[in-house]
Amino acid sequence: MKDLGVFFIYLAIMAGVTYLIRAIPFVLCKGKIKSKYLRDFLYYVPMAVLGAMTFPDIFYATGNYASSIAGLVVGCVLAFFEKSLLTVAISASGTALAVNLGMMFFK
Amino acid sequence: MSNFRKGLRDGIPIALGYLSVSFTFGIQCISVGLNWWQAFLISLTNVTSAGQFAGLGIITSGAGFYFEMACTQFIINLRYALMALSLSQKTDKSVKGIHRWGIGFGITDEIFAVAMGNRSEVSNKYMYGLILLPVIGWSGGTLLGAVAGSVLPEVVRSALCIAIYGMFLAIIIPPAKKSSAVLKVILIAVALSCCFRYVPGMNKVSGGFAIIISTIVAAALGALFFPVPEKETKEAAE
Repeated sequence: MKDLGVFFIYLAIMAGVTYLIRAIPFVLCKGKIKSKYLRDFLYYVPMAVLGAMTFPDIFYATGNYASSIAGLVVGCVLAFFEKSLLTVAISASGTALAVNLGMMFFK
Repeated sequence: MSNFRKGLRDGIPIALGYLSVSFTFGIQCISVGLNWWQAFLISLTNVTSAGQFAGLGIITSGAGFYFEMACTQFIINLRYALMALSLSQKTDKSVKGIHRWGIGFGITDEIFAVAMGNRSEVSNKYMYGLILLPVIGWSGGTLLGAVAGSVLPEVVRSALCIAIYGMFLAIIIPPAKKSSAVLKVILIAVALSCCFRYVPGMNKVSGGFAIIISTIVAAALGALFFPVPEKETKEAAE
């Protein structure tokens, strides 16, 4: 990007919009929400949003199905046994890497 | 252990996950012609994955797409507004005034999820601790990717990309094991999200919108059909 002026306009728009989306609801919503329905809704939001972000994207995460699905299976099993975030993340990556390497050597 | 230090400790796995994902962002920035410091600045000021990758595509199409940039960021990142609302119910009295503006900067998917995973309410010191290392990991990883990305072989780089999803699994599966309501809400969100990818017509909806709609429908159905017992919301809020 040679035109620095244009770069900084884009940077300001990106950062500004992203920041305000996060900060404004957080600043405005001060007290505890009264509505039981709304509280229950917000209680379920984190699980729903992470589920929707993980699937189906995880099938394509490593660029091929075999290593993505191997990583997914290992990740699910370790998560089921309540291993830490880091353990699950690294094991999923390590499994995907092993499958990728295996596919390179046994092709 | 102080709240700040507990936050720092909880932020370590997030920071490590971010290192690997932002590393790929740094590599991509260089490949489309940005400088290392431009890549670094984008990550430091945005701290978001999907929005940055989409924004990079717009930057490379040249000057003038400012409205499109604003709309794209708005749609892709709108889920943060939901998370901010949800997190606002989880913070204790210390999170007020200027701290709301400060902590608001650091509401990412993972920081949000980890903060919500606490049994008790979270304080401002905890939140600053939780946010610090992931921001360093995210912008530092971008810098590393931009400067040294070409050193790693492709087979390693692509395997790293699944790390972030592994982290998500580790967050959603344990509570789904304990509560069939949570499991059903997750399954609804996953099913909808898959429909938005595979069903003709529905797959025209952009990725950002697909996540927002899936989340809202799944959480709304959950709140309607599986009201949370008062004890649990209290537990989650205390």
